[in-house]
Amino acid sequence: MLRLDCPWCGTRDELEFSFGGESHIMRPTPDASDAMWSNYLFNKENPKGIHYERWMHSYGCRRWFNVARDTVTHEIHAIYKMGLPRPDLSATDRDS
Amino acid sequence: MRGYSFLSLARQALSGHKGWPVAWRSPELKKSYDVIIIGAGGHGLATAYYLAKNHSIKNIAVLEKGWLGGGNSGRNTQITRSNYFWPQSAAFFDHSLKLYESLSHELNFNVMLSQRGMLTLAHSLHELEGIRRWANAIQINSIDAEVLTPEQVKKLVPLININCRFPIIGGFIQHRGGISRHDAVAWGYARAASALGVDIIQQCEVSGFDIQSGQVMGVNTTRGTISADKVSIAVAGHTSELARMADFRVPVSSMPLQAMVSEPIKPCLDTVIMSPVIHMYVSQSDRGELVFGGGADLYNSYAQRGGIPLLQENVAALLELFPAFSRLRLMRQWAGIVDITPDTSPIMGKTPVKNLYISGGWGTGGYKAIPAGGDTMAYTIANDKPHPLIEDFCLERFESGTLIDEGAASGVAH
Repeated sequence: MLRLDCPWCGTRDELEFSFGGESHIMRPTPDASDAMWSNYLFNKENPKGIHYERWMHSYGCRRWFNVARDTVTHEIHAIYKMGLPRPDLSATDRDS
Repeated sequence: MRGYSFLSLARQALSGHKGWPVAWRSPELKKSYDVIIIGAGGHGLATAYYLAKNHSIKNIAVLEKGWLGGGNSGRNTQITRSNYFWPQSAAFFDHSLKLYESLSHELNFNVMLSQRGMLTLAHSLHELEGIRRWANAIQINSIDAEVLTPEQVKKLVPLININCRFPIIGGFIQHRGGISRHDAVAWGYARAASALGVDIIQQCEVSGFDIQSGQVMGVNTTRGTISADKVSIAVAGHTSELARMADFRVPVSSMPLQAMVSEPIKPCLDTVIMSPVIHMYVSQSDRGELVFGGGADLYNSYAQRGGIPLLQENVAALLELFPAFSRLRLMRQWAGIVDITPDTSPIMGKTPVKNLYISGGWGTGGYKAIPAGGDTMAYTIANDKPHPLIEDFCLERFESGTLIDEGAASGVAH
């Protein structure tokens, strides 16, 4: 069971949250090629290591936020609000 | 390879079972191969077997970072079926089921295929209509499917609780569906491939590719660099990691899919039951254990264990359908990492790198596809052109938009 620290409500069990997939994906401009659209819509980083992802507090404040979580150990390295850049986790990121 | 037969069994029984030869060789790693296959699971081993048998390529290595058949090949729930919706999926998965039907004979290894029927339940009118449509599509694809009334369901599965919280109002069955023994499939292909000269190298992890001017020349491994004319990836949950090493991207999310078994009991359930709405499936293995599971965990993970909330949901769903099982103890629980694609159909064929091939994106349903996946990937590798059955499952479909949106892949109604 994950315990996520909602930036607005505090720490809750994972049952209260919905997973929203990879974060920091930039929508391409309308003149993008099919390859760029396909990359935006479907391709995923899916790392074995730190994953920057979105979660929503569905059974709470219903607001979105970002989580940096290790996909092997499930350790949560950072929780930060939408719109903020990726935190620098170079000291903990096994892939860097 | 010394064949297994009644006679060999009798001879070994008389000599105390001390003379059985090893099932496959443990050869020295060579410096170069015609074809390297990454991943000694069912798909990788079957590909090697059909390459050697049907395409006369003998200088093949199958590299495995752990032990043979220790990934999803040994973690799935052994269900074999071809009750798919779209024509492309139906053709491919029924080819696989037909190969399963003769696999024990083909490999001289008993894979214990038991075509006990795969029953899918409906709990609402809406779902029943979806199931009728699904069953019709299967019949149009020349595959057997029969819609059942609740009375027929109860007659077929006497232990089932028809009047559960969401009462069962019908279902459909594919009589040719069933279970087989997953270890036997991996071991059978390994033994048969090894006998044809395929080198199966365990404890050898691939750490990178040698790619020159867009063409793969070999692989870097924990046991040194090995050159190869062609390389094929068959690594299930680690598909994204391998694709990253070869510098291309795949539309894959890796999630844990849990399964569990109860303590063994006497035979009481001779059908495979699947309920899409409460997302639970169960069958009884030949050892007497109830094997059951449900949907994948809801977030990306490479941890092969699975979360507690989903385990509880799976158990609750099983007990609502089968109250009689409530006194059984849970014996084991585990998870495999499945590579899920946006349309829940697999990715098979060529990659942006020349002479590098991929068989992945199997999601929650790769086991049933092992024989056909091996057969068609062997053709694809040998001829450098996709087998007609898998042309539509190419990686380019995500760019062209010709997705194969197969809800049946995960057993969920359309």
